[in-house]
Formats: sequence, C-alpha cells, structure tokens
Amino acid sequence: MTLTPEEWQAVRLSLTVSLRAVAVSLPLATLMALLLARGRFPGRTLLDAIVHLPLVVPPVVTGWALLLLFGLRGPLGAPLFEWFGIRLAFTSEGAALATGVMTFPLIVRAIRLSLEGLDRGLEDAAATLGAGRLDRFLTVTLPLMAPGILAGGVVAFAAGLGEFGAVITFASNVPGETQTLPLAIYSATQSPGGEAVAARLAAISFALAILGLLASDVLARWLARRLGRG
Amino acid sequence: MLEVALRHRFPGAAGFSLEAAFTAPAPGVTVLFGASGSGKSSILAAVAGLLRPAEGRIALDGRALTDTATGCFLPPEARRCAVVFQEGRLFPHRSVEGNLRYGLRRAPRGAEGPGFEEVVALLGLAPLLARRPGRLSGGEKQRVALGRALLARPALLLLDEPLAALDMPRRTEILPFLEALRDTGRLPMLYVTHAIEEADRLADTLVLLEGGRVQAAGPLEALTTRTDLPLLAARRDAGVVLTCRVGGQERGLSRLAFPGGALLVPAAGDAPPGHHIRLRVRARDVMVARGVPPALSTDNALPAVLQAIEPAGERECFLRLGLGPSTLLARVTREAVQRLALRPGETVTALVNTVGGERG
Repeated sequence: MTLTPEEWQAVRLSLTVSLRAVAVSLPLATLMALLLARGRFPGRTLLDAIVHLPLVVPPVVTGWALLLLFGLRGPLGAPLFEWFGIRLAFTSEGAALATGVMTFPLIVRAIRLSLEGLDRGLEDAAATLGAGRLDRFLTVTLPLMAPGILAGGVVAFAAGLGEFGAVITFASNVPGETQTLPLAIYSATQSPGGEAVAARLAAISFALAILGLLASDVLARWLARRLGRG
Repeated sequence: MLEVALRHRFPGAAGFSLEAAFTAPAPGVTVLFGASGSGKSSILAAVAGLLRPAEGRIALDGRALTDTATGCFLPPEARRCAVVFQEGRLFPHRSVEGNLRYGLRRAPRGAEGPGFEEVVALLGLAPLLARRPGRLSGGEKQRVALGRALLARPALLLLDEPLAALDMPRRTEILPFLEALRDTGRLPMLYVTHAIEEADRLADTLVLLEGGRVQAAGPLEALTTRTDLPLLAARRDAGVVLTCRVGGQERGLSRLAFPGGALLVPAAGDAPPGHHIRLRVRARDVMVARGVPPALSTDNALPAVLQAIEPAGERECFLRLGLGPSTLLARVTREAVQRLALRPGETVTALVNTVGGERG
C-alpha cells in the first residue's frame, strides 16, 4: 500500500498535532487533577463541570467557542496576535489547541482516578520520616500517580488522532496545515472517486488506534511491575 | 520526656471526644493501652503531627511540638517522631533498601542513631533488600517498617499497633526485636496497643485509656496490682506483672527470682540466666492456704502477708498479698474468705500455679 505525499502529510500532521496537544495538556491536567481531587475551595464543582464540558458538548460547539475566544478579534486571540504575533485560528497550532481542549478531560479523569486510589497514608508516612511537602510530592505522590498520567497521556494521544469537529471548526481544513487524518478522510469521501483514498486512510487510522491501545496496555503492565503490584 | 495534654472533638454522629493528659518518661517505653475507639491512635497521631488537636500542648524534651495557646504546630517532618504504622505503609514503588534509606537520607545531620548495616543486621533484613514491598510477608513488612523508622534517627519512636495485623507466630517473631530495642535504652517509644501481652512485655509506663480519657497512668508493675481499674482487673487474665531475674535450673524447672521471693516455672522462654524477664501471675492462678499444706502439685508455696481483701464482682474478691516489696493478687470466692476467716494482716501461704502461665 503506497500513500501519496499528501496522504503522508495528513498522517504526519495528525501525529504531531496530537503529540503537541498531549505535551501541553499533560502537566496542566496533572495540576487540574490535583486541584480537583485534593483542593477544598468554593467553586470546585463548577470548575469540575467546566473541565468536563468538552466531553458532553458537541465538538462543533467547542470549536466555535474557541473561535470566539481565540479568533483574531476574540478577547484572547486579539492580544495574542498583537503582542506576540501568535495566530491560532486556522493554523496547526490551533488544531493542536482544539485537540488539547477536547482531550483534556480524558487526561484529568485518568489522573484523578489514580490520585483517588492513592493511599494518603503513604504521604503521612513520608512526612513522619522527615520529608517536606515538595519532597513528598516528588518522591511519593508523583511516582504513584505515574500510571494515571501515562494512561491519560496515551488515551488522549489516541483520541486526539481522531479529533474532528472542534478542529475543523476552529482550524478549518487546510491541507498541509490543519488537515489531519480524519479531516483528510472526510475530504476524500466528499470528492468524487475518493473512496480508495478514504479506505487507505481509514486503515491507517485503525492501525494507529490498535497500536495506541497495545502501547497503553504494555505500559500499564510495566508500571504495575515497577510499583510492585504485579 | 514527652508531655501530652490535649482536647479534641471528632465530628460525626458519634461525637467522640478526646481529653487526655499524661507524661511519658524518657528513656523508656510508654504503652497506650485501651480498646479500639478509646482514642489511643488519635493521641499518637497528634504526637506525630498528623492530627491537629482543637486544644492542647505536646512537648518533647521541653520543646513544644504543638501548643494551641501560642499557635505553635510543627509539621510532622520537623518533629523527628518516626511512626511504625499498623499496615506498615511501605512505599510500593521502592525496594526494601529504597524504603530503608528514605528516612536515613532525610535524617538531620549529626543525629545519633544506628547505621544502615546495623539496622539491617538487627532486623535480619539482608536477604530482603532487593525485594519490593509487594512481595514481602506481613512480618517482613513490619520489620522493614521498623527499620525504616529507626533509620530516620527519630527523637521518639511511635508505634501504632505494629503487630495487630499479624498472626501469632509473626508477632512472636517481631516482639524480641522490640524488646532488644527497648533494652538498648537509647530511644524513647510510645506504643499503642490493645493487646495486654504486648503491654506486659514492653511497657515501662502504662497509660490506660477508655472513651478518650486517661483512666490511670504509671509504672506497669504498680498498675497491674491495682484492682480498681476495670481495664486491667476485669480481664480473665487479670494479675500482677513481676520483673524476674532468670536463675538456674532446678529439677528441670527454671528459677525466677523477684524481690520478695522466687518462682519455679516450667519454661522461662529462651532467656539465659542473669537476664530479666516479665512474668504475668494471673490472680486466678494464685490460691491461699493457712499453714503449709502437706502435699501439693505446685512447687510454689510462698509465705505472704494478706494486706487487703478487695471486692471483685458479686461472689468473688481479690486478696492482696505482700511478699517483701512485691505484691501478688489472688482471686478467690467470698465464700472461701468466710470459710477461712481471712483477716487483713495475717500471714498465709500463697500457692502459685505456674503451669500454662503467661510469660509476660
């Protein structure tokens, strides 16, 4: 099976967009999960709901909201462009942003799950052995959260490869710039005689998804062994 | 010396409130003894800095750890009170060696305490060092937890029911380590338990807790001779604890000398002559007689002065027997007291059955 340069481009673009999205949202999602799992502050439930909105709102709506916020005349987009020269709408960075926002709740959920399963008594034990707050976080909490962080990252990456609605609304469908795999498949199905292209790209999507799931499984096993639970 | 005085109310329907004050001499082992829900673990958590009491003061060697009057509350990591928890709480992502070194690496510079090799040898941990906690037995886990706490070079070692999750053979595997640690006399310990055998073997000072209040506190031997403490006197195995010196063998029995007398017992454990062990002489194993009965199955017939007759329930009473400076309790029926016309002040013979007795 050979792919045309354009098709390769779509595959590469999908991979980089999803990777960038995960790279940026992983640390933020870790902080958010900590805040939601352990923070005690007014408005926590509201924040929780906002984080999870992209899971339940139609992706087109999320994309449109991003367009309103980060468009060249949006309240965030305008200063970003004027002060830093950063343009998000209709760029591959924008595609990454849309993908990141869509997959953010997936990562937060996975990390939160691992945090809630974490025995806080271990942190207490570390404290009585002389470890301060940051020390405890780095040597006990973070390593024990690692399975959740990795699982969240892998799932978000796999899901990010297939992000469609928010990306096409916010970043549009520009070949070579924002046309990721699902967008390329969509375009192929819309053009006469594009079935063969669509089938090839769909097969690649399928293979990537399977690989992602296998990788997450291997990773989970490896971590379980490392944590002495295997 | 550890000084504790605190008041705390736990939220919830039960509305449990804690109001306790005691001092624990150092060096030495102070055992907080009470049923579950008596507040003993909460007191330990407050000393460790894991519980912030509503009101009170906790001071170690004169240094305040918690003082609500001045708003002082040292975080646990600044207290140097290492804890051995009931469930061990070993770090699952570190090897046994990694767990042991965790505290050592964070011990204050210049703090006195045993070295890594010494602790590994004392607790027999050498074959376990490379293993993960998930692959250890319960007894091994607790030995590692104890080693980890010791290597943090604490000023006070806190033990929160460290043997409660273990079965009997494992307990007897760990207890000698704790005794050896006590006998070095270097490290004061606060030990929480609901098992009287552990209190008997380890306690220098006993603090009895019930319903969040201190019922009595004092040296173990003195408290066990009191009959007004239901926590001790209402037990089936109520009786005094004697600290005995292991003597030689006599007719296949071990001679245990205590101030005011000596007992012959079938086995004194594996303690060599010259060592001190504690023996719990249960009140129900002690009988009294006038004169010396001619033929007896027990070897232990000791002259004693009947000091007092104290009630124990409706039909029974405790006889307080003085043997030199030591005291024994005998639990007999009131009918027997009448039949023998026992009066305080007279000399009787205390017959002690040591078969099946508990080694404290």
